[in-house]
Amino acid sequence: MSDFTRRDFVKAASVSLTILALKPAANLLALESLPELSPLMAKRWALAIDLRKCLEEKNCVKCIEMCHFVHNVPHFAKPKDEVKWIWKESFEAAFAEQDHPFLSADVKVSHPLVMCNHCANPPCVKVCPTQATWKREPDGVVMMDWHRCIGCRYCIAACPYGSRSFNWRDPKPFIKKLQPDFPSRMRGVVEKCNFCEERLAKGQLPACVEACEAKAMVFGDIEDADSDIRCLLQTRFSLRRKPSLGTQPYIYYLV
Amino acid sequence: MNDRGKIVAGLIIFLVLITTPIWMNLVAEGDAEGPEIEILTKDVPGQDKCVKSKTEMAAQHMDLLNTWRDEVVRSKARVYQTADGRYYAKSLTHTCLKCHSNKDKFCDRCHIYVGVNPYCWDCHNEPKEFK
Repeated sequence: MSDFTRRDFVKAASVSLTILALKPAANLLALESLPELSPLMAKRWALAIDLRKCLEEKNCVKCIEMCHFVHNVPHFAKPKDEVKWIWKESFEAAFAEQDHPFLSADVKVSHPLVMCNHCANPPCVKVCPTQATWKREPDGVVMMDWHRCIGCRYCIAACPYGSRSFNWRDPKPFIKKLQPDFPSRMRGVVEKCNFCEERLAKGQLPACVEACEAKAMVFGDIEDADSDIRCLLQTRFSLRRKPSLGTQPYIYYLV
Repeated sequence: MNDRGKIVAGLIIFLVLITTPIWMNLVAEGDAEGPEIEILTKDVPGQDKCVKSKTEMAAQHMDLLNTWRDEVVRSKARVYQTADGRYYAKSLTHTCLKCHSNKDKFCDRCHIYVGVNPYCWDCHNEPKEFK
């Protein structure tokens, strides 16, 4: 042991201490590469749809196609089996409270884009007997846990916007092109727009917003006074669907 | 009337029959062979270890997956830290199946052997890299 001097000991000790100190750092580096570690966060997510821009592109369905592709939404030919997350609705149905006989013809025949409104006061959540749907705090996304849904369809009855669809049949054979990154659903389960919660968790914007070439959709934190969506709402007049019901929807329509 | 012989014979036959599994096991010599599972995935860079030890995973992977599911879906906690400090996304498709890509020879063989039918794959998919 005489050839192992104090100097050697100090050397060996400092090398091993450095290695020990670097190990958590290496773990942290591995951590950076996980997209789940840089999620988009907000006090309250909201979406503004510029009706003027959107209605100009009458036949554009890019957002719908993109949403239904990334979420494995099945395509059923029969309307009674239909499953949809985002779709175009007649003006009369979408904005029943704004409809009147002397509305301009353009508006009257228009089909605004509609989806789950991620209400602040969601009736679907109140009626769910298994808490398979709930409002996530703090960002307000109305979430669904398909593992827990028992298919009672109370939420479908409760939602005043028709945002929820039921899988009457096994959806898997009706998915046009299966997207393996996202699960599909099974028969007997309700589904709806999830505000792309799985994309936000990886730092990506909702699929519909990204797909919109006319930039008619603006997604952001409505509680943040400097956000784009907040500025838009400050400068433009906006509508919400069926506000008199008190559900406090968070999809805004700029007119 | 003396049926003692018949009763005793009957009892013996009954006892032999009811203990058949024990006799069969003695005759069969040794334990029944479990299923052979294989991991056919080529090395995934940086992934030489599982998130838990082999014995823990064999015994508790279903509990871990259940916990992951609830944490991801319901509490927004999507990153798992292993006991030795590594980080993983809590994901069957993206984390587990990345290394255990041959579901048929890894997951299914055991599940068929023990006669369980997990419905994970009714909805969750195998990642597209392996299709």
